[in-house]
Amino acid sequence: MPPAFNPDGSATPPAAEVRVVELEIPSDVAFIESVVDLVRRECQAMGYAPRQISLNVPVALTEAVSNAILRGNRDDPAKHVHVRAEVDQMRLVLEVGDEGEGFDFEASLIDPTLPGNIDREDGRGLFLMRSLMDSVERVDVPYGSKVRMTLHRG
Amino acid sequence: MSFSINREGEVVVVDVEGQLIVGNRQELKQKVLDELDRGEKKFLIDFSQTGYIDSSGLGVLVSLSKKIREQGGELRLANLNDDLKTLFELTKLDTLFQIADTRDRALQSF
Repeated sequence: MPPAFNPDGSATPPAAEVRVVELEIPSDVAFIESVVDLVRRECQAMGYAPRQISLNVPVALTEAVSNAILRGNRDDPAKHVHVRAEVDQMRLVLEVGDEGEGFDFEASLIDPTLPGNIDREDGRGLFLMRSLMDSVERVDVPYGSKVRMTLHRG
Repeated sequence: MSFSINREGEVVVVDVEGQLIVGNRQELKQKVLDELDRGEKKFLIDFSQTGYIDSSGLGVLVSLSKKIREQGGELRLANLNDDLKTLFELTKLDTLFQIADTRDRALQSF
């Protein structure tokens, strides 16, 4: 059943619909934008706020997939990144997993806004994920690493 | 995503078209560094056609800011939309860069 469109162009999805995107990409940053676009489209169809579609989702998801490729999989083209997005009228749940040896998620959390850190060239990825999503947590998996991010529909 | 470089007087103006993210930030960095190596000192990066920026894009801007300053140059940013302004405010990078609402204001500020 298609969504109903409101006068302002936003979509109101039919009740109780859940949309799921699940895919696997090689460890290549060139794939990130396509993944982001797929998830954005689902959020748009489910009537998420324009800012969530233009800012929160793309930036947080880009960070998570980039981390999985570069840190988790160490840019190994033989390894893949798994992305799952579950979208309903209440929330978006994103899971991003890598096939690497695991990396210390919490150790990479610095506060880039401290005066001594502002001119660092790195250290903002996890900060942005936590700032733009309602929750970010590491999920225990038997192999590799997985992060789960949740955003409530605005 | 692409970067175009033009000159407005003494200022090298870079237009960022599309996203500035992990996959293309090195290209932006190299283009600006090439101009710096040629002796250019005044740089303006215009984001009027930019969608979003990730942490590595922000990191490249920080890196360029440092390198340009080291060479005695100046960097301005212009035309951040509300989303980009939010990113700079969240990360407090709005305190590190000189940001103008419009290209003209940025050019006048040199």
